[in-house]
Amino acid sequence: MIRVVLPFHLRTLARVDGEVQLEVGSPITLGSVLDALEARYPVLRGTIRDHVTLRRRPFIRFFACEEDLSHDPPDATLPDVVTTGTEPFLIVGAMAGG
Amino acid sequence: MSRVRVLVGTKKGAFILTADGKRQNWEVSGPHFAGWEMYHLKGSPADPNRIYASQSSGWFGQIIQHSNDGGKTWETPGGGPTKTPDGMPQGESNKFVYEGEVGTHKWYDGTQHPWEFKRIWHLEPSLTDPDTVYAGAEDAALFKTVNGGKTWQELSGLRGTKGALWQPGAGGMAVHTILLDPKNANRIFIAISAAGAFRTEDGGKTWKPINRGLKSNYELPDPDAEVGHCVHRIAMHPSRPDVLFMQKHWDVMRSDNAGELWSEVSGNLPSDFGFPIDVHAHEPNTIYVVPIKSDSEHFPPDGKLRVYRSRTGGNEWEALTKGLPQKDCYVNVLRDAMAVDSLDKCGIYFGTTGGQVYMSPDGGDSWNAIVHDLPAVLSVEVQTLP
Repeated sequence: MIRVVLPFHLRTLARVDGEVQLEVGSPITLGSVLDALEARYPVLRGTIRDHVTLRRRPFIRFFACEEDLSHDPPDATLPDVVTTGTEPFLIVGAMAGG
Repeated sequence: MSRVRVLVGTKKGAFILTADGKRQNWEVSGPHFAGWEMYHLKGSPADPNRIYASQSSGWFGQIIQHSNDGGKTWETPGGGPTKTPDGMPQGESNKFVYEGEVGTHKWYDGTQHPWEFKRIWHLEPSLTDPDTVYAGAEDAALFKTVNGGKTWQELSGLRGTKGALWQPGAGGMAVHTILLDPKNANRIFIAISAAGAFRTEDGGKTWKPINRGLKSNYELPDPDAEVGHCVHRIAMHPSRPDVLFMQKHWDVMRSDNAGELWSEVSGNLPSDFGFPIDVHAHEPNTIYVVPIKSDSEHFPPDGKLRVYRSRTGGNEWEALTKGLPQKDCYVNVLRDAMAVDSLDKCGIYFGTTGGQVYMSPDGGDSWNAIVHDLPAVLSVEVQTLP
């Protein structure tokens, strides 16, 4: 079971409270987690990555285990503690500054 | 007794203001979609409880919402957390993809730049079918849904109309105005900053630039260019769809032949720069603008917020000031932030970047602020309800 933490506005959009828990088949990668998330909550399609190219939107960040995974390729496997559900996978809205 | 419902889009959410026909006591609902930029909300003329809303964010992109109960509850037409066993594509209601080869337009440095979808500026529901809506996009393109917003398809002939020559202004390059001809379902007028005005006679397949007579002496190397003019807004009275009024970057213009030729009607305005323009609901020759000092100073001249009314279809203008701040006022009124109701005594409404929504229950003679302290107002639409 993968634990995913969404930013506030995407929790509102998907109408969820707290963490999202997803069943994801092996291998568990950045891309497969996002695929599973969007399949469960179709309204999130296009909000995290582009509808067509599936590239991460510029002001979205992916964190786990105090590491920035934002620039990892979609087929990068996630840390073991994320795949076992010990640690969550964080989808974060980038700091706006100003 | 009739009622009015005012749909207000702001930089940080949407608000719905309602009152009875006297328009004295207002209920304020919102913020809906708090924290999101709400570029535009508009109700279906065919089913006033069906309201469409454009919700966007620099972080999360474009969301389309609709309501079937006049704005009490909302849903994403094709992307809620619900199953669709009938196979309807899910999450497609937020998907705006340019048709075919994306192509390029002119970029700030003179090179060609690929079209990139950013957001929907304006939603224009069909006059007859609640499930059909046109959407004006940045980068400039027109999309259409025929299934209540579940899926959207580009009417790509528009970008084929000299699109390679279009260039964004400082505010972006967006289809911000969509006018549907109530007498001819195949005729649509649109306007783009900074490309100009365009008309289709075949429901959106093919388009023609309608910019003859516009002069952009300081914005274009050829002031009479066929495309490239920074049109800020076009308005029409439904009884006279061949008569169009335009607020351009500079100049207020009028066409009596569906845009074939424009002539300037700025007349005695203190400044002919501005954003919105609208037409009285019952007097097709009575029009309203809000003069702004200049393209460099987006606030009212002399710190006085004045709506100007012409009862002669332009050229002769009178300042409307009663109830509006006449000192130290430095707000702007954006292009989609003015609307009229159709009660017997026509109400005029506009919102400001300072968060006020003003309304006049008497065609502009006097004004009251319905709300003072909303986030910056991006759009105002009014529904007159039975």
